[in-house]
Amino acid sequence: MASAVSGLDAATRAGYEPVIGLEVHVQLNTRSKAFCGCSTTFGAPPNSQTCPVCLGLPGAMPVLNREAVVKAARTALALGCQLRERSIFARKNYFYPDLPKGYQISQYDRPLAEEGGLEIPAAAGNPARRIGITRIHLEEDAGKSLHEGFADSERFSYVDLNRSGVPLIEIVSEPDLRAPAEAHAYLSRLKQILLFLDVSDCNMEEGSLRCDANVSVRRRDDPKFGAKIEIKNLNSFRYLQQALEYEIERQIETLENGGRLRQETRLYDAASGRTHPMRSKEQAHDYRYFPEPDLPPLIVDAAWREEVAASLPELPAARQRRWQSAWGLTAYDAEVLTGTPAQAEYFEAAAKASENPKVTANWIMGELSARLNAQGLDWNRVPMPPGHVAELVRILDAGTISGKMAKEVFEQAWKTGRSPRQIVEESGARQITDPAAIDAILDGVLAAHPTQVEQYKKGKVALLAFLVGQVMKASRGQANPELAQARIKARLD
Amino acid sequence: MSDTYPATIAAIRAGLAQGEFTARALAGHYYERIAATEAPAAPAANAWLTLCRERAEVQADRVDALARQGQPLPPLAGLPLAVKDVISMRGVRTTCGSRMLEHYIAPYDATVIEKLETAGALLLGKVNCDEFAMGSSTENSAFGPTRNPRDPSRVPGGSSGGSAAVVANGSALAALGSDTGGSIRQPAAFCGVVGLLPTYGRVSRYGLVAFGSSLDHIGPLTRSVDDAARLLGVLAGPDPRDATCADVPVPDYAAQLAALPAGFRIGVVKEAWGGGLDSQVEATVRRALDRLAGAGCDIVEVSLPHLHASIATYYIVATAEASANLARFDGVRYGLRAEAESLGEMYRKTREAGFGAEVKRRILLGTYVLSSGYYDAYYRKAQLARALLARDLDRAFAQADLLVTPTTPGTAFKIGERISNPLEMYLADIYTVPADLAGIPAISVPCGEAAGLPVGLQFMGRHFDETRVLQAARLWESLHTPPA
Ligand SMILES: [Zn+2]
Repeated sequence: MASAVSGLDAATRAGYEPVIGLEVHVQLNTRSKAFCGCSTTFGAPPNSQTCPVCLGLPGAMPVLNREAVVKAARTALALGCQLRERSIFARKNYFYPDLPKGYQISQYDRPLAEEGGLEIPAAAGNPARRIGITRIHLEEDAGKSLHEGFADSERFSYVDLNRSGVPLIEIVSEPDLRAPAEAHAYLSRLKQILLFLDVSDCNMEEGSLRCDANVSVRRRDDPKFGAKIEIKNLNSFRYLQQALEYEIERQIETLENGGRLRQETRLYDAASGRTHPMRSKEQAHDYRYFPEPDLPPLIVDAAWREEVAASLPELPAARQRRWQSAWGLTAYDAEVLTGTPAQAEYFEAAAKASENPKVTANWIMGELSARLNAQGLDWNRVPMPPGHVAELVRILDAGTISGKMAKEVFEQAWKTGRSPRQIVEESGARQITDPAAIDAILDGVLAAHPTQVEQYKKGKVALLAFLVGQVMKASRGQANPELAQARIKARLD
Repeated sequence: MSDTYPATIAAIRAGLAQGEFTARALAGHYYERIAATEAPAAPAANAWLTLCRERAEVQADRVDALARQGQPLPPLAGLPLAVKDVISMRGVRTTCGSRMLEHYIAPYDATVIEKLETAGALLLGKVNCDEFAMGSSTENSAFGPTRNPRDPSRVPGGSSGGSAAVVANGSALAALGSDTGGSIRQPAAFCGVVGLLPTYGRVSRYGLVAFGSSLDHIGPLTRSVDDAARLLGVLAGPDPRDATCADVPVPDYAAQLAALPAGFRIGVVKEAWGGGLDSQVEATVRRALDRLAGAGCDIVEVSLPHLHASIATYYIVATAEASANLARFDGVRYGLRAEAESLGEMYRKTREAGFGAEVKRRILLGTYVLSSGYYDAYYRKAQLARALLARDLDRAFAQADLLVTPTTPGTAFKIGERISNPLEMYLADIYTVPADLAGIPAISVPCGEAAGLPVGLQFMGRHFDETRVLQAARLWESLHTPPA
């Protein structure tokens, strides 16, 4: 990826170590908002999903949504965090037009969960390892300010409060990441887990997954961290990596040129690929946190914790291990097939029905993936049921059709939605495995190619493949190629 | 005052059931009374801010229809009631005594409003109060001070001054007030009526415009203890819309009023004597204690060693919470919006024009005590002091069933007399603030006069023990005003 700064030689760059931590905001996919009964559906007409509570009307009061707690707790347990039995909601005070109460209900010094972590795969020369998670807390989202798109946008901004009060969790990592690629790997692994937990849609374009980064650099021999710079507005995986790469270069260059770095907040501008400082006024927030008096402490007792723990689904890492050990899949295949929960479920169902997971994996990762990609479909909307893939694998394993025929049958099944067994039976497209039938075809082939037969007999064995090909052609692909070869050799050798 | 209509909840309900009069006529009578008390010549009480006559008459017709059909009447049938203007009523202006909300129409009903209308009460309208319930005199209302019916040159107390005044001047039989540091009990004492502070969590706050959320309560102001008991019976109980509202069984308060057990132990708070306590008020209260002793109560002395810290504690906690609660009045969604060229300017101008001096003072105080670098010295310390005071009270309640103090150190003062000295006004909350800080129930009942002005006697009880608070108040009431 091209850096917007540049100039640094590799040796200079290698003298520094980047230190990165991520703060990830995740919108929980609950049916109703965190503190009222309003719907959370995305894309409804502005301000249509609001009530006195999420509009911040005088006198309205918040009531905690139990489903939000369950989803937050599920995430915390899946990430190995300690769930606090008694956590406290706090008010985070600041003025903004899309924050209707003038404070956000969040958690501060006693968050829901602490001290977890997740494993990232090897990346950028660093081995696979565990990245610490400092804390997870539950809070509410703000509305949206609309500064563009209205006739009078020159003079006015509009506010849509449909998002106001949608539950969020904030997941704060330790400063354990050492490269932009690692940050990318952490975020994608986190997203994968959240999807498997069914706690969020994790859609960065719609804002249901948002990421801020803290980044500093230090000389490799320096035990102390450098000045921490927070970068906001990283709303895609690509921007995250690009912004970090730019920012690391900028920090190293500043230090190399004898400059100093101060703790500050910067915004990433995707158009220029640069980060630039926020105005100091925007940074100078004193949020004046204090305990939210309208909500009693949140108690997650042992019984509730056990209930949540028991409801945890099998996570991607566990599935990958099981598929490798029980089914003999390669690590790579297992990784690809756990890309999304829907894909993993699809494979799981097809593999169980086919009783041949490895071949099933090949079909799913090959023919099926290619078609989904070509048509822009995702794994939640696969037109072909997993049972059809399994059926094809079973027919293939039984030797009823050849691999080449199987591709043809797959294509038919994809196009028509009919089952592979039905297609094979109706077309009569069965593999010819009867030696007498092969011989009958072979008679014609030998008679039609006397020259090649002679040359083969004189020792030009390379012509065997030609003759097998002719048998396949004459049988419209239905002859068993191994049997055809054996019969040719028996007749001519 | 009403000559033709009964003046208790029980008697009105009985009269309606027997067809002696209609709720519609009763409502009409009270609207005449309102017009009379608000007429300029009186001089005007300036207690009523908004009347909702149509709504009250629809409700009256509903009650009359039940009576005509001979059906059982709900517990508060026909009760002509005033609502402090910090409580939301759907379709009705809810000003909080502030320019900020002068034209704000609430789009929903507070839980207490729903309960009262279900119980058959006639909600006559909204009454004046200190702006956002911040004050002790109703002088902080943007709509001018309310006058004390006992002496129009004096304040009715506050912040529920309108509520106390309309009950005292007979333009409502009862009123809803709110109490954060004494705002029900102090005006009740100043106007010579009964004011009840329920346990925190006993009555839903949903729809009460928040001042200090951990201290705010809704409660009734009435002419008799029996009416207060009947109102509490309707108001009390859990509410799924208020997470701080407790699911504790609600006894039949009115039915148990007379059942005061013998040997009732009443703890006199030692630290309450002296200080700024007016000598005539003290004499009146001591006479009341003597009579209670004479009636068989066991009077014991108890100590609240941290009472002196309660005012400072209260003004830190309440203002901190207020600074956040009042942040929503920013001109964006409802209420006053000043024209401006930028967002910052809109906030500044709106809040400058919308809030009065006392509200601004408290927002500044609250913002300050929560600021980074000051939080530990003020807010955190206040939480510790609050816990110490609660412990003092627990110990006192180990020795006594109830505690007793004067409601206020003095009687109603002249309009304008203290407006320039907020600290003096704050210090006068000394007896009422502890119950709010600890979340325990308390009541102020009339206990005589000092220099011709009403004096209040306060009983405080254990959490959720409103029953005994009401029983003691009823006992005192029966000693003080023997049956006619
Ligand atoms: Zn809502």
